[in-house]
Amino acid sequence: MALLQISEPGQTPNPHERRIAVGIDLGTTHSLVASVRNGVAECLPDAQGRVILPSVVRYLAGGGREIGYPAQLALASDPENTIASAKRFMGRSLADVQGMDKLPYRFADHAGMLGIQTVQGEKSPVEVSADILATLRYRAEDTFNADLYGAVITVPAYFDDAQRQATKDAAKLAGLNVLRLINEPTAAAIAYGLDNASEGVYAIYDLGGGTFDISILRLTQGVFEVVATGGDSALGGDDYDHALVDWVVAQTGVQVSHASDKAALKVAARACKEALSATNTIAFHADLTGATVHFDVECAQFEAATAHLTARTITAARRALRDARLSVQDVQGVVMVGGSTRMPQVQAAVAAFFGQAPLNNLNPDEVVALGASIQANQLSGNNVAGDLLLLDVIPLSLGVETMGGLVERIVPRNQTIPTAMAQDFTTYKDGQTALALHVVQGERDLVADCRSLARFELRGIPPMVAGAARIRVTFTVDADGLLNVSAHEQVSGVQTQINVKPSYGLGDDQIAQMLKDSFSTAEQDMRARALVEARVDADRLLLATQSALNADGDLLQASERAEIDAAMAVLKVAISSDDAAYLDAQCKVLANATEAFAAQRMNRGIATALSGKNINAI
Amino acid sequence: MNLQSNDFELFGLTKQFAQDRAALDARWKDLQREAHPDKFAAQGAAAQRVAMQWSVRINEAYQRLKDPLKRAAYLCELGGAPINAHSNTAMPPAFLMQQMEWRESVEDAHGVHALEQLRKQVDAVQTDLMQQCAALLDGAHDYSGAVHPVRALLFIEKFTLDLDHAFEKFD
Repeated sequence: MALLQISEPGQTPNPHERRIAVGIDLGTTHSLVASVRNGVAECLPDAQGRVILPSVVRYLAGGGREIGYPAQLALASDPENTIASAKRFMGRSLADVQGMDKLPYRFADHAGMLGIQTVQGEKSPVEVSADILATLRYRAEDTFNADLYGAVITVPAYFDDAQRQATKDAAKLAGLNVLRLINEPTAAAIAYGLDNASEGVYAIYDLGGGTFDISILRLTQGVFEVVATGGDSALGGDDYDHALVDWVVAQTGVQVSHASDKAALKVAARACKEALSATNTIAFHADLTGATVHFDVECAQFEAATAHLTARTITAARRALRDARLSVQDVQGVVMVGGSTRMPQVQAAVAAFFGQAPLNNLNPDEVVALGASIQANQLSGNNVAGDLLLLDVIPLSLGVETMGGLVERIVPRNQTIPTAMAQDFTTYKDGQTALALHVVQGERDLVADCRSLARFELRGIPPMVAGAARIRVTFTVDADGLLNVSAHEQVSGVQTQINVKPSYGLGDDQIAQMLKDSFSTAEQDMRARALVEARVDADRLLLATQSALNADGDLLQASERAEIDAAMAVLKVAISSDDAAYLDAQCKVLANATEAFAAQRMNRGIATALSGKNINAI
Repeated sequence: MNLQSNDFELFGLTKQFAQDRAALDARWKDLQREAHPDKFAAQGAAAQRVAMQWSVRINEAYQRLKDPLKRAAYLCELGGAPINAHSNTAMPPAFLMQQMEWRESVEDAHGVHALEQLRKQVDAVQTDLMQQCAALLDGAHDYSGAVHPVRALLFIEKFTLDLDHAFEKFD
């Protein structure tokens, strides 16, 4: 195959080593992996030809686990050890999760993220998600018979910092190189925007299994700009199932006592809901421990029992439009995403609110994964000619706690990322040398109503009179929407020490422990794996440096060029060594040697972008 | 051109209040196409860091340039007359009286119609102040003179946010 491929010079860094990059839709009820093959994005099937992987993991008493369809079959029979909808618990504590009483799990509460007790001990939602991601990774590697270069993983637009971080941690556990986290609606827009080449303002209505997102996007000249996002990270098809269960239980008066009863009712509700998308009446049937439920449900009854949920999605849509300062008339199209949009009452409600029939010509289950794979293909450098620029916004405001438990907003929501915002703080006592900061995320005015992200202590402030110190705290949000905080004292120039105590997520030591335990590594020699990864990194760096030199080598002084050449030569030799730590160290040497070069290249790029364009200056 | 250039230099625009939003947007996208970290995803940590710095700087400038009020405040600052919105909140009594009346109208509103009437009134005052800003900044180059309308507009912007919240009550 490689022999037949003809590439223009400079099209790919190395035409014979096309990088395998995938898009992964890590969904609440199911997950998919897609890749661009021969210029076409497609979902990758498993050995049985199924593209959907149910996001269900069952932990078995004798060790080992079942993932996907086999686990889904055990939802009713082994509910406590069969974890579905783990995505709802990502980066959440017990207090955050709604409808807990309807779930069959034995939860363990922790300050940061809850855990779930199974026969194999306590499992973090991050570990459950990592099992799902690793399964998709193996599927892709089997399909291409090659290692993966990287993945773009999608998250709901509404995900806060804790939830995004948890998703990245899960990918790390699964041994995936995350090229980017992108919002699910944005991925859907990529799938539709490129396929249909349509420009204008679009609403992406994404009703999945566990989350609802509404995004207002503007597509122009190949640029996807998120104008506003909104939604509810705890509203989805699962809630329709629960509402139907509640309604049936109320109608029949059946007693629900066992955990297995809850799960059996949920399975029956889902089957009933799916059938009602195609038919008018269907029997709700569930065998419980003490009784059998058999009850005819009509479309209109299901619609009435869930009308409050559909109405919540429309309210969120109205709010997102107001945030974007747009009216319904400005929206040129509505894209439907997520299996739950197949429900006729949802299609009808969306059509009525927006005054137009929604777009649904792509499979609503696959759209997100397809879009993510297009972005992954771009980010891995396979499509140099492509001009896909993805500009995203921060979904929720970031702020700090001030006196009286009030929130002072520092980074307002819907700000384009990456972004950095600084805020000055001062001391309130003479000789004060430390300052405590509490970072929160959310739109409410009271700290108690927002999500706690982290507590920082700034130490080493030089003793001064009260109010004299000027401590500048900088919040940096990267392109994935993840937050970093740094601080320094302006008057003395002292860089203040920051002790980060995340209120959520996992520590590095916890991740390391999970990596040891996880099956994605248990079957392989850890050291061999580290070496392979170090070699891939080194290769990547050498290729990138060489193409940078080819393009902009003229910027360098002879001495600078010699330093880079020398570091490259050393690294090329180091690749064949068996010492991962040495290889990493040589990568760092080369990276440091190219730091100034990278800055000069950027200056040239910016100058080129502006040249001949100073319209106002004429 | 470097990270310390002012927003107008960075975007290659004349340092003035009047700006064409479409041209500004196009310029922003041109610059982000050049500098966004995604473009350097396969190019190692050094390139990523530089890209992040530039991309952040471009977004910062864009946020300031695209919003007429932020742009006016920035021009005052560049012209040696900083707004100091946090430390200096003294306003003329007549202006404060009007603010209080508006806030009372919001509390007394019984429906969307009353709020819409109020919004029209506020929009008119806002437009008038914005025109004053334009004349002072671009015509007279009177940066300290522009500080007053800019600060009045900051008050009004805060009020319009509260007005938006009031609409939500009637959703």
